[in-house]
Amino acid sequence: MTSTNLASPHGAALDSAAEVQGRSLWQDAWRRLRTNRAAVVGLVVLGLIAVAAALGPLFLPWTYDQIDWDHVEALPPDFANGHYFGTDSIGRDLLARTLFGGRISLMVGILATFVALTIGVTVGAVAGYVGGRTDQLLMRFVDLMYSVPLTFFVIILMVVFGRNFILMFLAIGAVEWLTMARIVRGQTLTLRSKEFIEAARASGGSTPAIIFRHILPNVLGVVMVYVTLTIPQVILLESFLSFLGLGIQEPMTSWGMLINDGAAELEINPRTLIIPAAFMTATLFCFNFLGDGLRDALDPKDR
Amino acid sequence: MWSYFARRVVIGIPTLWAVITVCFFLMRLTPGGPFDAEAPVPPEVLANLRARYHLDDPLWRQYVDYIINLLQGDFGPSFKYHDFSITTLIAQGLPVSMQNGAAALLLAILIGVPLGIFAALAQNTRRDYIISAGAMTGIVIPNFIMGQVLILVFGVWLKDSVLHLPAGGWNDGALPNRILPVFCLAVPYIAYLVRITRGSMIEVLRANYVRTARAKGLPFRLVVLRHALKSALMPVVTFLGPATAFLLTGSMVVETIFQIPGIGRYFVQGALNRDYTLVMAVTILSAGLVIVMNLIVDLIYSFLDPRVRYDERAP
Amino acid sequence: MSVLDIKNLTVRFATADGEVAAVSDVSLSVGKGECLGIVGESGSGKSQTFLAVLGLLAPNGRATGEVMFGNTNLLAADEKTLNGLRGDKLTMVFQDPMTSLTPHMRVGRQLTEVLIRHRNVNAAAARDQAIAMLRRVQIPEAERRFDMYPFELSGGLRQRVMIAMAMLCGPKLIIADEPTTALDVTVQAQILDLIRRAKDELNTAVILITHDLGVVAGLADRVGVMYAGRLVELGDVRQIFNAPRHPYTKGLLACTPRLDDTTVGTMPTIPGQPPNLQRLPTGCAYHPRCPAVMELCRVERPPLLATPTGSLNACFLENAS
Repeated sequence: MTSTNLASPHGAALDSAAEVQGRSLWQDAWRRLRTNRAAVVGLVVLGLIAVAAALGPLFLPWTYDQIDWDHVEALPPDFANGHYFGTDSIGRDLLARTLFGGRISLMVGILATFVALTIGVTVGAVAGYVGGRTDQLLMRFVDLMYSVPLTFFVIILMVVFGRNFILMFLAIGAVEWLTMARIVRGQTLTLRSKEFIEAARASGGSTPAIIFRHILPNVLGVVMVYVTLTIPQVILLESFLSFLGLGIQEPMTSWGMLINDGAAELEINPRTLIIPAAFMTATLFCFNFLGDGLRDALDPKDR
Repeated sequence: MWSYFARRVVIGIPTLWAVITVCFFLMRLTPGGPFDAEAPVPPEVLANLRARYHLDDPLWRQYVDYIINLLQGDFGPSFKYHDFSITTLIAQGLPVSMQNGAAALLLAILIGVPLGIFAALAQNTRRDYIISAGAMTGIVIPNFIMGQVLILVFGVWLKDSVLHLPAGGWNDGALPNRILPVFCLAVPYIAYLVRITRGSMIEVLRANYVRTARAKGLPFRLVVLRHALKSALMPVVTFLGPATAFLLTGSMVVETIFQIPGIGRYFVQGALNRDYTLVMAVTILSAGLVIVMNLIVDLIYSFLDPRVRYDERAP
Repeated sequence: MSVLDIKNLTVRFATADGEVAAVSDVSLSVGKGECLGIVGESGSGKSQTFLAVLGLLAPNGRATGEVMFGNTNLLAADEKTLNGLRGDKLTMVFQDPMTSLTPHMRVGRQLTEVLIRHRNVNAAAARDQAIAMLRRVQIPEAERRFDMYPFELSGGLRQRVMIAMAMLCGPKLIIADEPTTALDVTVQAQILDLIRRAKDELNTAVILITHDLGVVAGLADRVGVMYAGRLVELGDVRQIFNAPRHPYTKGLLACTPRLDDTTVGTMPTIPGQPPNLQRLPTGCAYHPRCPAVMELCRVERPPLLATPTGSLNACFLENAS
């Protein structure tokens, strides 16, 4: 857009502020993030869910795959038995399953995003920094991938290679890196012409060294925002695969699978749908709040 | 302008070809054939089956045949529904998916864009917060949860009231059967459109030319409609291109939940049944539609921004 | 009688880091047919002062004080009253002609809409008047240009269009915010000439905001110097250029290269940085950079007082002597 201009309404009053202050970008961003209530709530709730998913199952009387043979039917919440959220239709503890499912969902989210991050940042930084033929080739490939319906692609991969935990996050990561590559390339292009990069090049820095030492630290902010917004997308995609019956395999579980199971008993036992759905929705909300908050914090003019 | 358009078409064709080729070889190189899933069949029957589907031809031969058939609009036979050609299946499913998708798209544009503008004009007021929070909810709540909840509420809890809606099924496209799936399809798109429109409108309202327009003494409403709206809609159009393609090719989730015989559901079943020709056909169709929609987006661009129109005159 | 009378104008912005005063307690006026130059570094509040006058501050900005335009207090006026004046009696030419015209509208329509809005003329008449005005600002082939999009025009032509737009309704006051900054030197002179003619022919008051003292010297009758959101010196342009009183004005003048200067050496600059508006120095905001700083300047802010020559000046050094 055409609105970046020195005469932008706040600009005139504030550009001198940024110059003199001497606080680092990150301190500044952190301070701004803390004033954003939604983002802070998101961060805290997310932390709680993550800790509960990671450690919670250790403290529960039931494990996720253990069947309570005294109650081989859906049981309403019962504190005496230690089924705090009740059980599912074959007598497995719903809380234990929800927390364990969260562990899987979060893990897939984080691992797949990490895969996407690695590919996307590498491709983006190389394309943007090296430029020329390399850039054209890589970006043409990204364009091509964009017109492939990627969800279909993941599904095809899952069908072709079978349901497999590792493959799942590799496949998801392999399709989620496109946007990351575009963003990083754009940032790198603008950075490349900056003086400090010229200086690094003039003083004989090798291309990988310049990319790692000078380009990457400067795209970190944007990348972080994007990571926060990609993780929930991946969680969603995984749950969607599980929902279609192409995800995690029994007795392992994820939020998507629990929701799918719950949906089957919707009419008699809505609890088995609502509880995992609530956990998952809360997580997605938190990630989005946090991502939006981070974006505002790192780019204050965008408010 | 037209040469530009023609050039984009020329770029689109190899893209589609690449998609077809990748899909084809991915499918054929699979460990385990399409007939593995069924009960063990005697080797001679299997050989028969393979011969019937030309799976015993050399790979390059199969590939060339596939492409030639494709050019004639023939997606080949279904591996699963033995007596159907994929083209027939798609001819049945596509209209259903497209009708629902078009309705959802229309709903999304009619609700999402005005709401987004409305929120942008009231930036940082309570109206804005409520709309933005609503949009966030629409994005965050996954389709399959929303669908289930809608079924629970309208199909189960309200069973005996006037608001009762069928929990699923198509019933040859009777209106009550369409309401929930279309709504469910539209919600995330409404939410995205609100966010995109709001964001871009806020950005455009900060542009210098909007300030100029205000300095002319034009009423604010006119400034928005005449000077800001066109530019603000550009990101919306960009989003709508692929979004339209996805909506028209049917939603796997919504069609599965509501048991609608569209191609989204075919795709899911095809995937689960290893019905490779079906899966490929839907993928190719969808990719083709994305390419076409992106072309249309370019056309709309040139309407919204004269620079696009003129820049392309020069070679 | 003055066309515009600003009294105690203060502009504050609500930011994430608290309130910032971009303009503090500015009072000035400009008379009929007069040209007032406003000089200052970027961030000195010169643009914000006049955006506040037009009611075009960013949403997080708030202006207090009084701005009389004729009999209307612009700061208290409702949007409808403001819209009646803006573009008609009170117009503005913005700094950046490249981004100040709506990119997707033909130039002609952007001009005629002003006439249609304020003069209630039909489209054909508006077209004739607009083309006449384009000729008047010396746009060659005005009729052809009328139907062009902004991106088809050069920066100089666009700025002419902006000036034509500002002159269409025969305004009482034109506020020109750095009208030449984005342009080539040769084009600059032509644009300034246009503004001078508008002033002389229409007897329009002109406020010329710039950081370029040369522009002010050529065009303005009086000049105001702003620093850190305050007016520090205001008076007759020749007087101030020949005998500046405020050390900041002296510094600015020393930094301006002169054609008749024969000394060889580096250009002088004012040491230090423009102040951060959120952490203004105590006392006189200029004291950290001032070569003649005194103890008093660090503690107390010098008021803007009349000098014997009739100008206004905010410096203890001058006011004491």
